[in-house]
Amino acid sequence: MMVYLTELTKYFILFLMILYVLECVLYFFKRQEKRRSGIYIRQCIYIFLIQFFAYLSLCLRTGSIDYLFFYAFLQIVIFSMIVLFHMIYPGIDRCLLNNMALLLSIGFIILTRLDFQKALKQFGIVIVSIAISMAVPFVIRRFPNICKWKWIYSATGILALGLVLILGQVTHGSKISYTIAGITLQPSEFVKIIYVFAIASILYESATLKNVMISGVIAAIHVIILVLSKDLGSALIFFVGYLFILFIASGNYLYMLLGLGGGSAAAVVSYHLFRHVQVRVQAFLDPFTVIDKEGFQISQSLFAIACGSWFGTGLLKGVPSDIPYVESDFIFSAISEEMGVLFAIGMLLVCLSCFLIFLRTAGCLKNQFYRLVASGLGVMYLFQVFLTVGGGIKFIPLTGVTLPFVSYGGSSILSSLLIFAVMQGIMLIRKEEIAPTEEDENEEFEEIE
Amino acid sequence: MKNLKKSNKREIRITASFFSALFVVMIVYLCLYVKNNEQKMLNNSYNKRQAILAAQNTRGEIYDRNGETLAQTLTDENGNEMRYYPYENLFSHVVGFSTKGKTGVESIANYYLINSDIPLKDKVENDVSGKKNPGNQVYTTLDMNLQKIASDSLGAFTGAVVVSNVKTGEILAMVSKPDFNPNTVVQDWNKYVEDTDSSVLLNRATQGIYPPGSTFKIITALEYIKEHNYEINSYYFNCHGRFTYQDTTIQCYHGTNHDEEDLLTSFAKSCNSSFASIGVSLDRNAYGETLNKLLFNQKLPLDFNYSVSNLTVDDSISDDDMIQISIGQGKAQITPMHLNMITNAIANDGVLMKPQIINKIMSSDGKTITEYEAESYQTLMTKEESYILTEMMTEVVRNGTGTKLKNDTYQAAGKTGSAEYNGVKEDSHAWFTGFAPAENPEISVTIIIEEIGSGGDYAVPIAKRIFDGYFGVR
Repeated sequence: MMVYLTELTKYFILFLMILYVLECVLYFFKRQEKRRSGIYIRQCIYIFLIQFFAYLSLCLRTGSIDYLFFYAFLQIVIFSMIVLFHMIYPGIDRCLLNNMALLLSIGFIILTRLDFQKALKQFGIVIVSIAISMAVPFVIRRFPNICKWKWIYSATGILALGLVLILGQVTHGSKISYTIAGITLQPSEFVKIIYVFAIASILYESATLKNVMISGVIAAIHVIILVLSKDLGSALIFFVGYLFILFIASGNYLYMLLGLGGGSAAAVVSYHLFRHVQVRVQAFLDPFTVIDKEGFQISQSLFAIACGSWFGTGLLKGVPSDIPYVESDFIFSAISEEMGVLFAIGMLLVCLSCFLIFLRTAGCLKNQFYRLVASGLGVMYLFQVFLTVGGGIKFIPLTGVTLPFVSYGGSSILSSLLIFAVMQGIMLIRKEEIAPTEEDENEEFEEIE
Repeated sequence: MKNLKKSNKREIRITASFFSALFVVMIVYLCLYVKNNEQKMLNNSYNKRQAILAAQNTRGEIYDRNGETLAQTLTDENGNEMRYYPYENLFSHVVGFSTKGKTGVESIANYYLINSDIPLKDKVENDVSGKKNPGNQVYTTLDMNLQKIASDSLGAFTGAVVVSNVKTGEILAMVSKPDFNPNTVVQDWNKYVEDTDSSVLLNRATQGIYPPGSTFKIITALEYIKEHNYEINSYYFNCHGRFTYQDTTIQCYHGTNHDEEDLLTSFAKSCNSSFASIGVSLDRNAYGETLNKLLFNQKLPLDFNYSVSNLTVDDSISDDDMIQISIGQGKAQITPMHLNMITNAIANDGVLMKPQIINKIMSSDGKTITEYEAESYQTLMTKEESYILTEMMTEVVRNGTGTKLKNDTYQAAGKTGSAEYNGVKEDSHAWFTGFAPAENPEISVTIIIEEIGSGGDYAVPIAKRIFDGYFGVR
């Protein structure tokens, strides 16, 4: 009986995931908040059941009771996060909150399976990060002047990135982190947020040519420093983020075309200039002929996804640890292998629904500054998901960025939580804009499932 | 461009739609990838998941078309597994081995052999009792009896035999000599690797590159037929045992004088002088195109490891080279399997069926997992061309170099070849390729024996034994 149970858990988990995604779709169709409370409660139940079955099968397969303890603590933390956020800020978007909880849970499930010690470490980081992010919506609402500090944002961002370029440690050929007081930080993760504020604060009043040029210079400095640090993934995310903020602020297709043209030209130049770019492209085009070296990571990732197939091998039944840096850069492949590609697609749809919530909120806002911040953060979040997942499945060349909330890594987790917390703060502002009238979202976005 | 403080809902909507579309495309790509690649990825030797499956499942059995066991896994009382090949040397190349790397069917069907598709209930029972799951069973297209006849007939000679069904592409027998015992391949490995002269491990049927000799006159004849609009009766040649064109002189086999002959006779008697004279008269670019159409210089639809037969002919080729090529010497080269495929196309109205080695895959509880259907691959020549070639090849058996194949039960058609190698005139590789019955072909046989003598003397009798075996002649 026990054996049946462990074999069947993967199907239960997939089924719950499908139900969860359906609730997300339902969320977009029900316009009135009052009618949505059922959705939120059911989503919470699915999250906890997914975790329950996952940890149950981990526990049964290994015979180790540690997983159950971990599960108990994790449940408490996730549950507290949902309840506390909702209690402190009653106006926040609960679907976004649930999505965040689900993505964190998936990350913990696969991380405990890959490396229990790292999961414990991550657990500590998550608790601290949640505590920090709790304050963010308050700050956003309290200081309406944050739209004025464009030079502070720009200077801080450039300084932080510049410091890494000069003083940073080299990890896998890129300079992306430095260590302060024993804590290794990856500043680009945090600069991402400040950067969006900087660009939005320059452009929100009016997208005049002068403002466009100033914002362009600021953005270019960020991107160039990142390229010089060989942090290509972040450079791309910053670049695409800027393009879309500018597009939304100006409504000008010419800027978009110029930006895309310039970006493509820069990509071609950097391909000819940098050896590490050529290596990535070569490994993308034909990973199997260079399987011993450059193509090893991507080949192993492809093996994992193909062998996991639709339903996955089941937790602990695959060998995702064959992929180098699986817990940070290839977490998606590990999830696909053991929990199945269908489950992984469900997860992608949850990410997509977060993005759509971001942009729908942006569309409803009256304040142009917050509108730009919300869309900028949304675009950068989703584009990061696209880079890491697309790279792992050989849809695009590999760039080596993390999957927000799911991948292992303190900076990534904290910055993802901060981004979502900023977003929740903006939700509160939107609520105040339309208060006291009955809330009614007359904006809809097509959810593509 | 001044002040654009309008509502930017439209831009936001476009952004949202763009990224949603991007995600949908990526998800579709992921689904297609998973659908198409599961097998290929598992078979990559860099993928350690094979070892995991091997620990869970016992490698499945390999059978011939009639259910004879060709490979099985034996487990002793201590749980040690041993791959066992009951017919020892007989299937050494075609079934191959899985104990020192993987070759032959063991490699081609590896994915199925290491997976187990028994019901979940049985898997759970095995799991509980600590037993391994039985892997899936592979039914090949091979016929043990024909394989045995082919192997016995070749005896101690070095060479290769391919027997296949011309209508379905099924490979019925594939022999390469010298052979080895796959049961002891691990122990004997160093011996085989050090012995570079006899290349025991090489599957000569698919990997051996040979000069085709007179069997290549099939192709020269085909090109002649094409260039003369199927009109072959007007051809006339007077053979004096040798042919000289500018600086090049070639001789007929053993200097035989064939006198006056038409195309049918020169083909049947395999007159080198006549075909050399045809060769210099042909359009060399068109000849090159015909070669490409017959899959020279190209990938073959073959799951085995194989060599590509390389031969490019165009205007730049010299007269001397052209003369040599038109009688299958010089730069001309081919693998026995490739020649067998061309033969199959001639026998099947010009259509090449995809060579097939696996019939079906079954789970150990008797459920069919996959069944392979006959599949046409390409049309190598027109129906008319194939009929004319069949007529010419029939004449070879009636009145030419293949008369040892004459009998009352079936009419065979074929072409012999005696290919000189290393420029030595005395000895040659003996070739035969052909099919039977000529009027409604069923099977084809391609034979090469290295360094022995003429195809008519050595290869044709082996073909006869195989055809006799197939048609049940005593």
